Amino acid sequence: MTAAGTHDGALERLKREGRIVVVGASLAGLRAAETMREKGFAGSLTLIGDEPYEPYDRPPLSKQVLLGNAVADHTALPRRRAIDADWRLGVPATGLDMAARRVKLGNGDEVEYDRLLIATGVRARPWPNPEEGALKGVFVLRTRDDAEGLQRALAAGPRRVLVIGAGFTGSEIASACRERGLDVTVAERGDAPLVGALGGVIGAVAAEMHRENGVDLRTGVMVTSLEGDPSGRVRAAHLSDGSTIEAEVVVVSLGAQRNTEWLAGSGLGAGPRGIACDAGCRAFDIRGIVTDDIYVAGDVARSPHALFGYQFLSLEHWGNAVAQADTAAHNMLSESADRRPHLWVPAFWSSQFGVNIKSVGVPPMGTEILITQGSLAERRFAAAYGYQGRLIAAVTFDNCRWLPFYEQQIEATAPFPPEFSTVDRRPDGAKPLPADFPDPSVPTHGPTITLSGYSPADRKMTFTPGR
Amino acid sequence: MTQALLREIIDYANRANPYPLYEELRKTPVSHDGDGPYVVSTYYEIHSLLHDPRISSDAKNLKATGDDLLGDQSDEEGTTLPPSFLKLDPPDHDRLRRMTNRPFGPPHAPHRVHDMRDELGGLVTGLIDGIVETGQLDRIDLVDQFAYPFPVSVICRLLGIPREDEPRFHVWAETLAASLDPDPDADPTQRGQGSMDARMELGMYLAGLIEERRKNPGDDMLSQLATADGPDGAMTTMEALSTSALLLIAGHETTVNLITNGMLTLLRHPEALERLRNDPDLAVPIVEELLRYEPPVQLLPQRTTLSDIEVAGVTIPKGASVWLMLAAGNRDPKRFENPDRFDPDRKDIQHLGLGSGIHSCFGAPLARQEAQLALSELARRLENPRLLEDPPQYRQNSVLRGPRHLPIACDGIRP
Ligand SMILES: Cc1cc2nc3c(=O)[nH]c(=O)nc-3n(C[C@H](O)[C@H](O)[C@H](O)COP(=O)(O)OP(=O)(O)OC[C@H]3O[C@@H](n4cnc5c(N)ncnc54)[C@H](O)[C@@H]3O)c2cc1C
Repeated sequence: MTAAGTHDGALERLKREGRIVVVGASLAGLRAAETMREKGFAGSLTLIGDEPYEPYDRPPLSKQVLLGNAVADHTALPRRRAIDADWRLGVPATGLDMAARRVKLGNGDEVEYDRLLIATGVRARPWPNPEEGALKGVFVLRTRDDAEGLQRALAAGPRRVLVIGAGFTGSEIASACRERGLDVTVAERGDAPLVGALGGVIGAVAAEMHRENGVDLRTGVMVTSLEGDPSGRVRAAHLSDGSTIEAEVVVVSLGAQRNTEWLAGSGLGAGPRGIACDAGCRAFDIRGIVTDDIYVAGDVARSPHALFGYQFLSLEHWGNAVAQADTAAHNMLSESADRRPHLWVPAFWSSQFGVNIKSVGVPPMGTEILITQGSLAERRFAAAYGYQGRLIAAVTFDNCRWLPFYEQQIEATAPFPPEFSTVDRRPDGAKPLPADFPDPSVPTHGPTITLSGYSPADRKMTFTPGR
Repeated sequence: MTQALLREIIDYANRANPYPLYEELRKTPVSHDGDGPYVVSTYYEIHSLLHDPRISSDAKNLKATGDDLLGDQSDEEGTTLPPSFLKLDPPDHDRLRRMTNRPFGPPHAPHRVHDMRDELGGLVTGLIDGIVETGQLDRIDLVDQFAYPFPVSVICRLLGIPREDEPRFHVWAETLAASLDPDPDADPTQRGQGSMDARMELGMYLAGLIEERRKNPGDDMLSQLATADGPDGAMTTMEALSTSALLLIAGHETTVNLITNGMLTLLRHPEALERLRNDPDLAVPIVEELLRYEPPVQLLPQRTTLSDIEVAGVTIPKGASVWLMLAAGNRDPKRFENPDRFDPDRKDIQHLGLGSGIHSCFGAPLARQEAQLALSELARRLENPRLLEDPPQYRQNSVLRGPRHLPIACDGIRP
């Protein structure tokens, strides 16, 4: 008998002396590495990251760090265990040779692997005009260095800050500016902040939040150009409605682009929408065939979700990165029969203008919305999203303790509108409203979730999540 | 069957060790018969019901109760004090809890509990020194001499209640806590009258204090509740009264049991006690495990359904009374490995000891800090402590369960 019983012992060998390479040394990369060690992987583990820092946490960057309550270099991710890894930090992966199982690095090195995990995440979408984007005082916010620079610029007390884009990050930045007493203008192409992620009904609430907190919110407009002074500092922005806004700091918050360019030509199914993988995190190649040795996790992944009609979801969510990393790591070290699907129910949080926002499920799939508890006017509520007669998502404003209930309802494919009465049901919640998402054919940076395509598999499958 | 089992759980004879009965109960995750309550005893089911907006904490939603086991639970309502936020639903619950939290916790008072640390340490030292002064180390009642006076002093200081008045509300607190106990053999009318009187007297006492603080506000919570004027406006006098009564009683009746159950458990597990003696930081995981293993609040008998709800294959009809057996859920083998083992090293410990959801224990940060300090100091200072009675004599209450006395002896007390 071999170690693995019916198998040839390859897996045991991999666990004992295999080589695992992780590209992308951030949240998903670190958590996956920890899980692999937890599962007894004793071989060599290499973590490759283009940032010079050990893994750190990003959510505080647009919150505590911008407020000056935390220092950017103090957001290192807590370690769950020692991982005894070979760290290659400050050097990007630049290519992949799938046949030779080799990752090429920017410094000319090559690293061989038996199993590869790709967790290269996304980066901030830059200002489309590179010259304007290079003006002093123009920022994006994705990395520790970005946050550090922006926080210093805010601390210097600029006369006005302009935030371009009112998605979650843009709204959080505007909120931080107001909390610091800075004048801030937010320019948003859509009709309201958060409209791409949460729809127009909730977007209207978000708009009120901005305005009540003294944000100069301009919606339905685009910034067409940025103007610098002779010293190369930004000083104004021109808007599509003909107006000009003078600002000393401009933050470009137009969503993200997936870090997949380094895989061009490798044959892996990687592109601007991310890296497609199966529910078990195994990457597809460009022929649509699933690979055996390449796995994907985190913001860069695009994977089918059984609960949402097998749509391929790309989620830029902290919790998704952790859960998917865990699943990928487990599957990398398991026989096929022991592999697990990534069944995480999408969940997201944000905090802005003193309000705690949380969502579960996939709000942009919703066509209708019902305020099931609390009230929009008080900005304390729970709202359920409906799609074809079923509950597909929920969002809470300052009401997150109820969220696990809605999550369970989504898992159980509960009907919409809900048939039950609840505590704190108000006239607001008498009947469903159109959720009012922007027409998906009109480009917007808004959603943190993109949906595309679905498998022809049996859509009536019942889904019972593991506990 | 359920009725009989519930009777046994409530029966004082089983107070010292109800856990085998809970085990029996868990065989039917949602059990019910006759007019009695729907009893939920398994972890996941309890947890999900604690987050279920179809469940109300407001007794008004209960259908005609019939002669169920509970006796008449409405005894605390409709008397002098309006229900505290413990017995309200949102939005009233949320508003009152939020207003109460303003002077107590983050974001407005993030340091309050932490800053009490030195004061708590002083109280603990004083009480242990007091034991030394009695010179009687061969029979110490850990409840009367330590576990009771400690949290009571803390809650008094927090609220700004003169310590010398404590003996008066000791009686009221006991009476009111007893009224939570669904003892089927007690005479409901008599008990109802007693608790009504106690509430009345406590209410009048607090009203006087609040009136005084309105004129002369200090740094204490009572002053802050009395004069609060945040985004939610001010509390009415009645709201301030029932809120402070709630804090006062919770401060009296739960932390005492946490500390006492804690010491009892540690004395039964000397190796854990020894580890705590050498490493006071271990108090943090030990208290978490205690909240799972011997929770001071054993069950929540106060929920009603607003809709039909299906739980574990059983439909609980609208308007039914639901009991959530927290202590049974905490030992559910489907959730915790070796649940009957006291294991301070347990990693995955999301217990139900402080509840969950919107009614989760308001005083949790304070209770944790008190218990951690108390247990680590007792472990450090008592030389060779040992139990004189095992099991000790318990209080009557099956909801707020804990020893009435905990006689121990030790060889000496370290400075
Ligand atoms: C400002 C901000 C606020 C956020 N707030 C929230 C929030 O409140 N709630 C929430 O749920 N989520 C939030 N998120 C999202 C969350 O941080 C991400 O979902 C999470 O970081 C994803 O982790 P990841 O490991 O997949 O990707 P990343 O964290 O993006 O890590 C990818 C890493 O790979 C590196 N890399 C890229 N290409 C290469 C290459 N070729 N070679 C080597 N390394 C490479 C990148 O530099 C990066 O270090 C926020 C994100 C930001 C930026």
